[in-house]
Amino acid sequence: MSIVLDVQGLSKSFGGVVAVSDVSFTVDKAELLALIGPNGAGKTTCFNMLMGQLAPTAGNVFLNGEKITGMAPRKVWRKGIGRTFQITGTYSSMTVIENVQMALLSHHNRLFDVRHYAHKQYQDEAMQLLELVGMQEQAERACAVLAYGDLKRLELSIALAHNPKLLLMDEPTAGMAPKERIALMQLTADIVKDRQISALFTEHDMDVVFAHAHRVMVLNRGELIANGSVEMVRSNAEVQEVYLGGGNLYNNAADTHHA
Amino acid sequence: MGLFIAQLLTGLANAAALFLVASGLSLIFGVTRIVNFAHGSFYMLGAFIGYSLMQVLPGAVGFWSSILLAGLAVGFIGVIVELLVLRPVYKAPELFQLVATFGVILVIQDLALMIWGAEDVLGPRAPGLKGVIRIMDEPVPKFDLALIAITPFVLFALWYLISKTRVGVLVRAATQDREMVGALGVNQSWLFTGVFFLGAALAGLGGAIQLPKGGADLLMDFNILASIFVVVVIGGMGSLPGAYIAAVLISVLNVFGVAYIPQSTLVLMFVVMAVVLTVRPYGLLGREEVAGEHGQVGEPEQPIKPAGRSARILVLVFLIALACLPFVAEPFFTILATDVIVFCLFAASLHFILGLGGLVSFGHAAYFGGGAYVAALLVNYADAPMELAFLMAPIGAGLLAAIIGWLCLRLSGVYFAMLTLALAQLVWSLVFQWDEFTGGDDGLVDIWPPDYLSDTTVYFYFTMVVGIGGIILLRHMAHTPFGYALRASRDSVRQAEATGIHTKRIQWLAFSVAGALAGLAGALFVFSKGSVFPVELEIAKSFDGLIVVFLGGVKTLSGGVVGAAALTLVQDYITRFEYWRLALGLLIIVVVIIAPKGIVGSFRALFENRLGSAGDKPTGGTQ
Repeated sequence: MSIVLDVQGLSKSFGGVVAVSDVSFTVDKAELLALIGPNGAGKTTCFNMLMGQLAPTAGNVFLNGEKITGMAPRKVWRKGIGRTFQITGTYSSMTVIENVQMALLSHHNRLFDVRHYAHKQYQDEAMQLLELVGMQEQAERACAVLAYGDLKRLELSIALAHNPKLLLMDEPTAGMAPKERIALMQLTADIVKDRQISALFTEHDMDVVFAHAHRVMVLNRGELIANGSVEMVRSNAEVQEVYLGGGNLYNNAADTHHA
Repeated sequence: MGLFIAQLLTGLANAAALFLVASGLSLIFGVTRIVNFAHGSFYMLGAFIGYSLMQVLPGAVGFWSSILLAGLAVGFIGVIVELLVLRPVYKAPELFQLVATFGVILVIQDLALMIWGAEDVLGPRAPGLKGVIRIMDEPVPKFDLALIAITPFVLFALWYLISKTRVGVLVRAATQDREMVGALGVNQSWLFTGVFFLGAALAGLGGAIQLPKGGADLLMDFNILASIFVVVVIGGMGSLPGAYIAAVLISVLNVFGVAYIPQSTLVLMFVVMAVVLTVRPYGLLGREEVAGEHGQVGEPEQPIKPAGRSARILVLVFLIALACLPFVAEPFFTILATDVIVFCLFAASLHFILGLGGLVSFGHAAYFGGGAYVAALLVNYADAPMELAFLMAPIGAGLLAAIIGWLCLRLSGVYFAMLTLALAQLVWSLVFQWDEFTGGDDGLVDIWPPDYLSDTTVYFYFTMVVGIGGIILLRHMAHTPFGYALRASRDSVRQAEATGIHTKRIQWLAFSVAGALAGLAGALFVFSKGSVFPVELEIAKSFDGLIVVFLGGVKTLSGGVVGAAALTLVQDYITRFEYWRLALGLLIIVVVIIAPKGIVGSFRALFENRLGSAGDKPTGGTQ
């Protein structure tokens, strides 16, 4: 299998606080990989370093063999990574379809066009992307009035606009109802399969993770403590400790050996 | 050496009033997030009230208590302003309140004129501190030494109040997170009022305490405004020690400037500011603005669509009617209509960056006046034909905007606004003080269009074609991918950057385009008037632009144009009265209170309510 994303020894410290420490992993083509871990484990920091929102203190990121470490997000995007955020950041003054059109305009390098009407460009393409996530009926609605779950779906269709090789999804189902969560992850799994793209996502809902992820990585206090199949991670003692052993690990690891 | 020390001491003494006023502005902004344009007016009131009290209260005790009482009185005036004018509009879109404070400036100007008259008053000298002390043979006024001694105590008292008391904790907490303070059960309204009292009182104190040195006049309000903005920005927003250091720095430099390079005193202050902000973008002791601190307040903007058929026909009919004006009305109205179109283009260019780009420029007059001066200078020195001058004016103004934009866009929020103001002032002071080249205060005259355009009616048609053409161009750009990218950069920088948009570059380009079109308006202006004066570059001109964009409705496409037309027409009518500023100020305040969405925005809201709420459909397309 070919490796799409190769992360080597990625570290980030803020002053004296080590947020991410020596994280290495790869993502294969058409693989749906989950990154889990308790709050504050460094998942979002990791994502921010992959996409260029943060510059790593050490380590490197390669996309299809090309080094993208420290590149600005807009350049990383052009290299073929799409991203959704934990808290959505869609353009609230535009309609749903215009949000997608905006990404398409950027993809087709039309941002400095001052002749044509923007809302008439790439309508069909945008509509197809909205259909993919089941948002076609809301295309003309103002983005500001959407329900949160719909915003999340819209964000996904935007992230797919430039045919990415890799999709980064930071808590794609946060704030959604349980039924919606399952549907969205099913959708993501289908997209990964149909389009043969890779996806890396973080998630707190274990049902969602275990149902769809091809592989799971566990991050705790900035370090990768497990990386393998769903069954492997499920039976991993350290992972159980992190998730079931509760807060003890944060206070004193020594006390928890007989837990 | 003696002279050097004497000058240093004069500078330190001058810093006293500047620090007092600036710290008040800083406090008010920190807590309420209101850029209080009326702060200079509070300062002026402090001076006049202090003066009146000193006439009544005798002796040294009377003198000093007059200063304190003036501070208190202005504090209470501040409270009245806060309660009556600002409290109703806290929920309005971000920065809308500055329009209200602009109305307050006008009202206070005329009230001061009514009460104290147009003559400058000379401040009484401080009893017991009338003489001078010789330091190394140089005379230093005793009062200056008293000021130098007092200021650190004021600084310490304020610092104690803010850092060590419960009130101070609340103020600091509110500076960081207003909502949280409210959620913890603190009555925000009264906290705001209290801070307004304190800030206004400090400005009043500053005005009263400088009486023996500067007296009082009706131009004080605007004259100090630029300086206190500069002090607050150099010191760092919300930092009292920073404000003190900056006040000293500016005052001392100013004194030395007057002594050694008198032709560039005005420029000096802004050069210092530009240098400081280049090295430390958030001022000497300021902290970085937390992202999202200036989140959009109020409802988000509605989606836009190009005007539909009916709206286009309506506009066409209106334009045809306008074109008939010279045939049906007196020549006076043709000239007025020319002025309106010129101002509308200026406002539309500001609206382009302010509304669509979310970039609040406080110095847009620099490009309008810049364009006007480029044209006038070309005609004056190179005998350029009007056609060439018309071509070069937008190019020159666009280049100026490109340079200033490049410097300013490294900052955001209020720092961006302040730096645009300072750099615009820099341009103004260059033009104002470079007599040999720009004619200084006397301006450049005799700049007329060629014969075929010299008739007012013909020039009116020319203005219609160029001016309205410019407005339509800006409007069209709003609907193109470039305009969308500009809005995307305003709505969510993170999302835009994560989808390949170089937000700073888009904003920079938009800023330059807006500058160029303001320059075009300037060129139209200069050939219609035949002359240009530095007043076209002044703060007041920039503020006029801001006022009309906000009054018209910053979140609507046509807000700038509608606001500009409305204000110019009203102003033309109202300035015939003696106390027109009072009337205009009150009118602005009333409009701000009853129509917080601006004229267009409020009409639209009314219209939609009539329709029984159009729900979430993007109905606002044609506005």
